[in-house]
Amino acid sequence: MTEHTIRAFDADLQALARMISEMGGLAEKQVIDAIRSLDRLDVAMARRIIADDAKINGIQHEIEEKVILTIARRQPMAADLREIVAALRISNDLERIGDLAKNIAKRVSVLDNDIQLRQVMRGVEHMADLALVALKNVLDSYIRRDVEKAVAVWRGDEEIDAVNNSLLRELLTYMIEDPRNIGICIHLMFCIKNIERMGDHATNIAENVYHMVEGKMLPDDRPKGDLTSLISAPIETKRKSP
Amino acid sequence: MTFAITRMMAPVPVVGNPLPIGGGAEKITIRKLNFYYGDHCALKDINVSLYAKKVMAFIGPSGCGKSTFLRVLNRIYDLYPNQRAEGEVLLDGKNILAADQDLNLLRARVGMVFQKPTPFPMTIYENIAFGVRLYERLSKSELDGQVEQALRRAAIWEEVKDKLNANGLSLSGGQQQRLCIARTIAVKPEVILLDEPCSALDPIATAKIEELIDELKNDYTIVIVTHNMQQAARVSDFTAFMYLGEMIEFNTTTFIFTNPENRRTQDYITGRFG
Repeated sequence: MTEHTIRAFDADLQALARMISEMGGLAEKQVIDAIRSLDRLDVAMARRIIADDAKINGIQHEIEEKVILTIARRQPMAADLREIVAALRISNDLERIGDLAKNIAKRVSVLDNDIQLRQVMRGVEHMADLALVALKNVLDSYIRRDVEKAVAVWRGDEEIDAVNNSLLRELLTYMIEDPRNIGICIHLMFCIKNIERMGDHATNIAENVYHMVEGKMLPDDRPKGDLTSLISAPIETKRKSP
Repeated sequence: MTFAITRMMAPVPVVGNPLPIGGGAEKITIRKLNFYYGDHCALKDINVSLYAKKVMAFIGPSGCGKSTFLRVLNRIYDLYPNQRAEGEVLLDGKNILAADQDLNLLRARVGMVFQKPTPFPMTIYENIAFGVRLYERLSKSELDGQVEQALRRAAIWEEVKDKLNANGLSLSGGQQQRLCIARTIAVKPEVILLDEPCSALDPIATAKIEELIDELKNDYTIVIVTHNMQQAARVSDFTAFMYLGEMIEFNTTTFIFTNPENRRTQDYITGRFG
């Protein structure tokens, strides 16, 4: 797009885009490290992740201030307005992704090295890989204004949901097998849920990129595959009479 | 229960398409309008409908033909030599460009307020009463009532009710402009043309005029020309973008200011116009 007559306005928009990229990079790193610390049960790394979350929050505050100031100063219209609103919303999603990574890191110290549950970790890693690819692609789509890529992320979230479903079923069987697993399994369930939420935030970002570029909304009925709210453990329904 | 991964590959349906244009009854319909200053063509093939009891804003860079367009709607250009309009401007279905159009009647039906406040050099009361007397024979008390009503509708009554015999020119710029609006609505027009009504006013006076426009659109069809895009976005229902005598885009104001179709409109409203 051609430059604004007032060039400082272009500088404002570029600064916002740069901050989103920086924040996205940090969020990606936090997720990668969180999964690594979970896999290795590396408590020191987990502590660092928890501390580093403040950096992401800091950038989000900067973005919020910059957005408010730019709106007040420039009275943006049309594509500019959409770009600024998208930056504000995307920073929100990235901040949440950071929080979810931090939440995984917090659980590392209470997990022990249960061999059986190590198997679940392969599935968790696979799911995290999918979420990370979605995050990377959606950040790319933001930087390149690539609507097709954004729509692909928006559609691809179903795969993350499917892995989420099968992992939760697997954890359920471990819990049924031996109630002593319940504590650990619940922590892992939250970790898995966190990764699933990261995927959802990536689709939110995809929707914002689409709106920013096209000026139209994607429909509400995104293809969804999260069926975990329907999964239940088999329970005895008939009691023996005394 | 199955956990198969199913991928939806249907095309992405999209919501939020442009609102359909159609603001109800058409008050003014313009067809193939061309306007000339001598040999210079200032308006080129304008086709647009202006809707009853709505606010239509015309924006565009200087010299794009916005004010010329406004001057056609009450044929004020007729006062000047070598200016002519071709095409049709239908006011309630009747072509006002026709030779047999009664111009005094037209200008009573289509009132105009200019960029610089233009009160008559007479008392505040007479500024309003002067026009009313041309069209109606009223008793003193009836006339007093009409003057008060017009001043009230223009949201200036409270400020001038104790000095109706003061000279109109003694008022502040914002008050003078509201006095001019009062003078316009006193003769009960159907359409009000506002040519940059706030460009000489401070933000508070501007806010009062905008509030007034919001109020007046319940009864009048309003056409406003403005350089202030935020003002167009705030007060109008429809916005037209004009450039070099052509109407580039006309749509609902919401659409024009959030997702205009035309590249030139987008460049203009986002401040990218070379």
